[in-house]
Amino acid sequence: MARTPERRAQRPVRDARADARHARDAQHPIATVLAEHEAELLTEWLAGQRSTVRRPDLIRDSELNAQAAEFLATLRQAVMTGNVRDVQAPAYDGVRSVLGTLSRARSLQGFTPSETAMFVFSLKGPLYARLRRAVPGGPDQVIDTMAAAGHLLDQLGLYTVEVYQRSREEVIARQQEDMMELSTPVVKLWDGIVALPMIGTLDSARTQVVMETLLQRIVETGAEVAIIDITGVPTVDTLTAQHLLKTVTAARLMGADCIISGIRPQIAQTIVHLGVDLTDVTTKATLADALRLAFTRVGAANGVPLRQTPARA
Amino acid sequence: MPPIRSEVLELRATPDIVHVRQTVRARAAEMGFTLVDQTKLVTAASELARNAITYGGGGRVRIEALEEDTRRGLRLTFEDQGAGIANVEQALTDGYTTGNGLGLGLGGARRLVNEFSIHSRVGEGTRVTITRWM
Repeated sequence: MARTPERRAQRPVRDARADARHARDAQHPIATVLAEHEAELLTEWLAGQRSTVRRPDLIRDSELNAQAAEFLATLRQAVMTGNVRDVQAPAYDGVRSVLGTLSRARSLQGFTPSETAMFVFSLKGPLYARLRRAVPGGPDQVIDTMAAAGHLLDQLGLYTVEVYQRSREEVIARQQEDMMELSTPVVKLWDGIVALPMIGTLDSARTQVVMETLLQRIVETGAEVAIIDITGVPTVDTLTAQHLLKTVTAARLMGADCIISGIRPQIAQTIVHLGVDLTDVTTKATLADALRLAFTRVGAANGVPLRQTPARA
Repeated sequence: MPPIRSEVLELRATPDIVHVRQTVRARAAEMGFTLVDQTKLVTAASELARNAITYGGGGRVRIEALEEDTRRGLRLTFEDQGAGIANVEQALTDGYTTGNGLGLGLGGARRLVNEFSIHSRVGEGTRVTITRWM
């Protein structure tokens, strides 16, 4: 907010109280203290951080000192504009930029949100001590100034938490996208045979993507046999089973036979107890068994004995 | 006998089911359950956690490690404050579902564990307790 120049331009029509308020804002005690005691504040602040929130395992002293010095310098410039309330104003662009970089870095370095916010909140102690000595006038003025300083630092501390949170969310969103990409490799094993090695959980939105990819590849390759390998699926519950059954049915409608492989002993026993009926589906213990069966089916369909199946990949 | 270890996990959305499965598997493995028993317990937990989220609108699960004189076990208590089940016998029947699943989850979960109890009141919610002994 370009408040100062605006006010100056309008000065003739403003009443005396507005002028007085402007004069006080322009030389707000916070600005005075930051301007006159920046070096001492920095020393006291860093000493306070060292005794409370310092994480020598995560950040070097030299880096912390540089961040603190940069933050104090930009904060002084922002406060000198007379605005000590609205940290979203353009005057605070520099401060927000410094805090944004710092918060993002700390979320990646492994700091907790509290530790990140304490970077700003720990300035309160030294700043209040300096203000108490610097503010002229009675208790009212002292309380007003303290309240303003508290509000300002609270806003900035919360801003660090917001940025921290946002950067965590960005990481999570990116990982989710990566997993979507990773999860659907349909590979062609032989002429007429495709395989889908499933990995991870099969009860999410991902399953839909997996199923569509398999059906698409069956069309593209003209495969007669599709092997779904569930060796990498840790839990097969009723929803997983239902997804598998639907995929098998859809593939069959498109003219491809499905074989489910990678059914480990513990999964087999669990499926039996659950009561899921897989008798209509061809299942094999290993991918190798499934491939052997697929060869006989494809070979039989083409009238070619297994031995002479062309070795094209 | 009081449980030797107890923890509570929130069930709000489907990603929480994965977390429940992983936690139950880790606890069962720590206690020395065989791979088959681990898988049965994890699968039952997966069914009940999904029921609590899909039909109960979310809830929580308490995971307790039990130790008695001669045996050790893992007890899971799923609670939700959803619509409740009007006819529990019917809900336990294979193939019966009010949603679009296979209708095997509740009955299947009962067959995968040693002890199974269900308390449900319409409008108040459902509590399912399962125990598997080593």
